[in-house]
Amino acid sequence: MTATAPALEEPAGPGERPAVRPPDAAPSRRRPGRAHRYTPYAFLAPFFLCFAAFGLFPLLYTGWTSLHRVELTSPDHMEWVGAHNYLRLLQDDFFLNALRNTFLLGVLSTVPQLLMALGLAQLLHYRLRAATFWRVALLTPYATSVAAASLVFVMLYGRDYGLVNWALGAAGLGPVDWQNGTWSARLAVSSIVIWRWTGYNALIYLAALRAVPEELYESAALDGASRARQFIHITVPALRPVIAFTLVVSAIGATQLFGEPLLFGGAGGQKGGPSRQFQTLGLYLYEQGWFDYHLGRASAVAWAMFLILLAAGGLYALAARRPARSAGR
Amino acid sequence: MSARRAGRRATALVYAVLGLFTAGSLFPLLWTAVAASQDNARLAATPPPLAFGGRLPHNLGRAWSEAGLGRALLNTTLVAGTVALSTVLCCTLAGFAFAKLRFAGRRALLAVVIGTMMVPPQLAVVPLFMIVARLGWADRLPSVVLPSLVSAFGVFFMRQYLVRALPTELLEAARMDGAGSLRLVRHVVLPAARPAMAVLGMLSFVQSWNDFFWPVIALTQQNPTVQVALTGLGRGYVPDQAVVMAGALLGTLPLLLAFALLGRHITGGIMHGAVKG
Repeated sequence: MTATAPALEEPAGPGERPAVRPPDAAPSRRRPGRAHRYTPYAFLAPFFLCFAAFGLFPLLYTGWTSLHRVELTSPDHMEWVGAHNYLRLLQDDFFLNALRNTFLLGVLSTVPQLLMALGLAQLLHYRLRAATFWRVALLTPYATSVAAASLVFVMLYGRDYGLVNWALGAAGLGPVDWQNGTWSARLAVSSIVIWRWTGYNALIYLAALRAVPEELYESAALDGASRARQFIHITVPALRPVIAFTLVVSAIGATQLFGEPLLFGGAGGQKGGPSRQFQTLGLYLYEQGWFDYHLGRASAVAWAMFLILLAAGGLYALAARRPARSAGR
Repeated sequence: MSARRAGRRATALVYAVLGLFTAGSLFPLLWTAVAASQDNARLAATPPPLAFGGRLPHNLGRAWSEAGLGRALLNTTLVAGTVALSTVLCCTLAGFAFAKLRFAGRRALLAVVIGTMMVPPQLAVVPLFMIVARLGWADRLPSVVLPSLVSAFGVFFMRQYLVRALPTELLEAARMDGAGSLRLVRHVVLPAARPAMAVLGMLSFVQSWNDFFWPVIALTQQNPTVQVALTGLGRGYVPDQAVVMAGALLGTLPLLLAFALLGRHITGGIMHGAVKG
């Protein structure tokens, strides 16, 4: 690994500076022989070695494990069972329940979160005193870990002595059994997610807002367009790619929802509430593997999650392509 | 950046609504501190406490020793520090290669990197658990460090940055001067990449600090990270609710301090990444 000159990239893309001659045209200088070609791979090696060992291999091996019966107590002993683990999942009410809950909690936490973030970004886009203070303050929930946030919300939502029920009582509303109710518990779990991520998404939207040229609004205002029309005809189209990006990221996050419901459920948290009313796929996987000792089944749950994400991604790609084409872009 | 004219002047209403949301963001944290300053009996009484009590040091001390938060904080600092360092180094090198070098298979490899950004961590836990069990690493820190050493997002992030921030002419000139790969990286690539490296380092540190799923499986209360120790608290490991809140406070305080000190850089980093990414 001595002095070897790597082949440089030709500047690509329309927005880049005029091309310097591609370096292959001038390789005579200090021609380093074969090592020359291998340098890029040396740069990539640390990443790809770690990635292959701890990313790609486990992914594929999970698929292999899902076709076996494997006990947590003797993980070296694998017995081939074919598709049995998957077939069993389809007949398991708890799996279907977890699938439904994951979807419900995903919608409950993502939709209000992104709508509020969009509104907040509009507010942050005004010329503000102490702009940095507002941004950092709204981002502090993001710095709070899942575990800490969930512990605090469990206390706030306590049935008998929680602050939320106390405030509801002061407003003349009856106490809600947040942890044992069905929809109340789902709302409470979603609220933890919403609290942690709204500010983060607001900053992302704000960045996109700031990239919209101010002249667009000025000329629209000259044409007599109202604030609402400006929002619909300038802001929303300009933000579409970013909104799509945050939707995808939030959807991926929602599929993996785990820590919030686990801790909200208290001592038996892996069940996701007394009637499993907020057991997500992540919790179900954890319960199958580490409480019922079936690593093969847990692997099948993991791969089912993966396949669901792939299917959702495929649908999204299809949906994203259609309107763009019909709009003639 | 700050000189840029941004939008209309804020009205009182704007400040009022912003203030409301900010209060909502800060209140749970503030109340954590309030609850952590009470004794347990006070937390099981109506109305709930809304002002500070006098037991904060006492409860923090108990969380530090009884709930193992002291050890957990040390462990998490080690883990998150190692992860951030390794992520920044490996991802900068790979990101540089993807941004500026030509080689066979570049497009395909980059597609692999982007594709795996979407893969949930749950997909890896069973084999990781089997590996850790076989190596006898259960409950040891390497078991949570190794799987997080690199991140696909990091490579993508550095590539996006370096494509623009590192002029190809500069590399070309350095090469004319006879700089080899190592010198090229040290004197040209790393200086240009530094701002993005700082952002990636902060993001990786936060993410690793808050990493939950795999550490909860791989570690126990004997040798926990902060998140594992807090999960133990949530399961009733220490029945005193005030101590639980003190634990949540201790586990969050370091990151909150960092955010308070580096706030502008962190918000800037997130916004920067959003526009470029």
